[in-house]
Amino acid sequence: MAAFLEDPVVIKLILSPFNWLLSTVYHLIIDLVDILMRPLQNALGVRGMAYVFILPNLLVFGIFILFPMLLNFYYAFTGGTELFPENRPFVGMDNLNQLFTCEDFLDPNSCREDLFWRAILNTGGYVISQVALLVFMALITALALNRNIRGRGFFRSVFFYPVLLSPVVVALIWRWILLQDGVLNAILVSLGFERISFLLNAQWAQFWVIIISVWAQMGFFTLILLAGLQAIPTEFYEAAGIDGATAWQSFWNVTLPLLMPNLFVVLVLSLIRAVQVFDQVFNFTGGGPGTATTYMVQYVYTTGFANQTKEYGLAAAASLVMAALLLILTLIQLRLGRRGDIS
Amino acid sequence: MRTVRTFLTNTRGKKRLSLSDWLTYGYLLFGTFLMFGPVIWLVMSSFKTQADLIRFPPRLMPYRQEVAAVVGYDEPLALYDVTLEDGTIRRLAQVRRVGIEAQMVDPAAPEEIIRVNINQRTPVESIYFSLENYTLGAERFNFWTYLGNSVVVTVVATALTLLINSMAAFALSKYQFPGRDAVLVTTIGTLLVPLSVILIPVFLVLQNLGMLNNLLGVIVPAAATPTGVFLLRQYMLTIPDELLESARIDGASEWRIYLQIILPLARPALAVLTIFSIMWRWNDFLWPKIVLSKSELFTLQVGLASFGGELQVQWDLLLAMTVLTLLPITFIFAFLQRYITSGIATTGMK
Repeated sequence: MAAFLEDPVVIKLILSPFNWLLSTVYHLIIDLVDILMRPLQNALGVRGMAYVFILPNLLVFGIFILFPMLLNFYYAFTGGTELFPENRPFVGMDNLNQLFTCEDFLDPNSCREDLFWRAILNTGGYVISQVALLVFMALITALALNRNIRGRGFFRSVFFYPVLLSPVVVALIWRWILLQDGVLNAILVSLGFERISFLLNAQWAQFWVIIISVWAQMGFFTLILLAGLQAIPTEFYEAAGIDGATAWQSFWNVTLPLLMPNLFVVLVLSLIRAVQVFDQVFNFTGGGPGTATTYMVQYVYTTGFANQTKEYGLAAAASLVMAALLLILTLIQLRLGRRGDIS
Repeated sequence: MRTVRTFLTNTRGKKRLSLSDWLTYGYLLFGTFLMFGPVIWLVMSSFKTQADLIRFPPRLMPYRQEVAAVVGYDEPLALYDVTLEDGTIRRLAQVRRVGIEAQMVDPAAPEEIIRVNINQRTPVESIYFSLENYTLGAERFNFWTYLGNSVVVTVVATALTLLINSMAAFALSKYQFPGRDAVLVTTIGTLLVPLSVILIPVFLVLQNLGMLNNLLGVIVPAAATPTGVFLLRQYMLTIPDELLESARIDGASEWRIYLQIILPLARPALAVLTIFSIMWRWNDFLWPKIVLSKSELFTLQVGLASFGGELQVQWDLLLAMTVLTLLPITFIFAFLQRYITSGIATTGMK
């Protein structure tokens, strides 16, 4: 019985009424749309239809992304705690000044908005170490998966699986593992170490924030690098082998240069993502202990939404600073990337 | 035995495993442990009873203590193996515990009370997957409401995304019109600006449109994904223009071309975008959190986050709810993983 049902011909036969129904309905819809839209096309011409096609996406995009971006400037230069723009007095550079009032820029305690500077320093440290570890691990994994091994598809999926998990789920999984009475501490105790309150210690919390973000994102970047590795023709390696190159030399002189475009994409994407870090950490440590894992987006979120007095102007100004940082980072990378292309 | 080893160490192409092959397998197996281990630990923990959860050191499998109905007692009593003073071990049921002394009875002879030191007894346990966390959790957590909201948001938003993104991609790939490049550059440019940076103005726009505390506020704004437009446009560029021209000569309208030629041909790219969109919308956290403040409108992620953010985290229920939240996406992945991974590696990249 089961074997009979697995026959592709039989499956096709069973599905044929549904397929027929689906395609008939689809064609009816096409005819209907055709009739309804004819007058429009007659009025606008073939070229004009392009605007019709692009309109819905452009409307949603304009209302919910582009317009808010412009509005953000208005918020940044107005003060008060009112949400509605017409009730907000113009204060010029006050918000930005407040953010940048510091006696010593390397010491957050001397700043008027010390949390903002702590967030910047934390984000800087996080971005550098997270991106370095992430790219390194993704590269190692991609190289391992690129070898002629059994079960490659399986392993590829294994490393990709955490990418699908939501930031909330990832945060909860790891909080459960890192609990005072959690499984990791049990392992430590059985090895003769003391228990550690991982998320109550600033350094450990920062460490684990990096580890879980690498855990959760690595698979995505591994796939991008793997695609690049598989595009390198094997003749290149054969030629290098004939020339007597060691494995290390052929990695350095063949793999790495040819993988550059993909490595570059990975670097750009992971940097942008790292600067924007929020969801996962917010559910993992809540920015703590103290302010040890408070990053820039969380500063914007707390200042604008979570605090009792909602300082929209200050939050908007901070997000402008962040947008400027992202822009600079991207421009630097584009410049570097172009130089890489020429050489 | 030898043939098994030969089989296992045989690789495609080469005859024997070299040292670097062993290292590769070692790394990949260790990686598998690191990637799956935490999730498996979560799933195992979610089946544990409250008593088993607070146990230190924890065990991998969920256990429960055996109980026995004893004549003369209303409730079933917990069973222990007790080492008596003469060295024999008897299986006894505990009536009550007073300080360091436990009063036990033999289920076969319940009249006589035996007093033992609590250190002399070990609980009788067996592996048991308890579903209590799931049933109780679903009750307390409004699971079905949140699931309903998440499904509505994911399905409607994905349908909307596919429709408006493919329309825009069609326009951007198959027509020449003034302003086309400007639209394209702006679209791609916003990829660099995270939503989190424009939270406040977005909040205002949503409020003015009456979209706060409304699922539409989660569905519509996220539909115009730059990634989706770009991905579909790149794919549609590969569809030959001659196809469109000959359809036009045959009298087909532009809408007919879009629905009958472009969409069916762009199916692979649409499939990738569908998977992406499901993943994005199902896992979305920040946007729904800002839009939805009434708990009956929460999506699974927002609900889960607020449940996990309580002062006294109820881990027993939270673990079960976390498993239920990751289950749908895991199933989709299990069935479509080949398409997902190769889709990202090829279409998603170029």
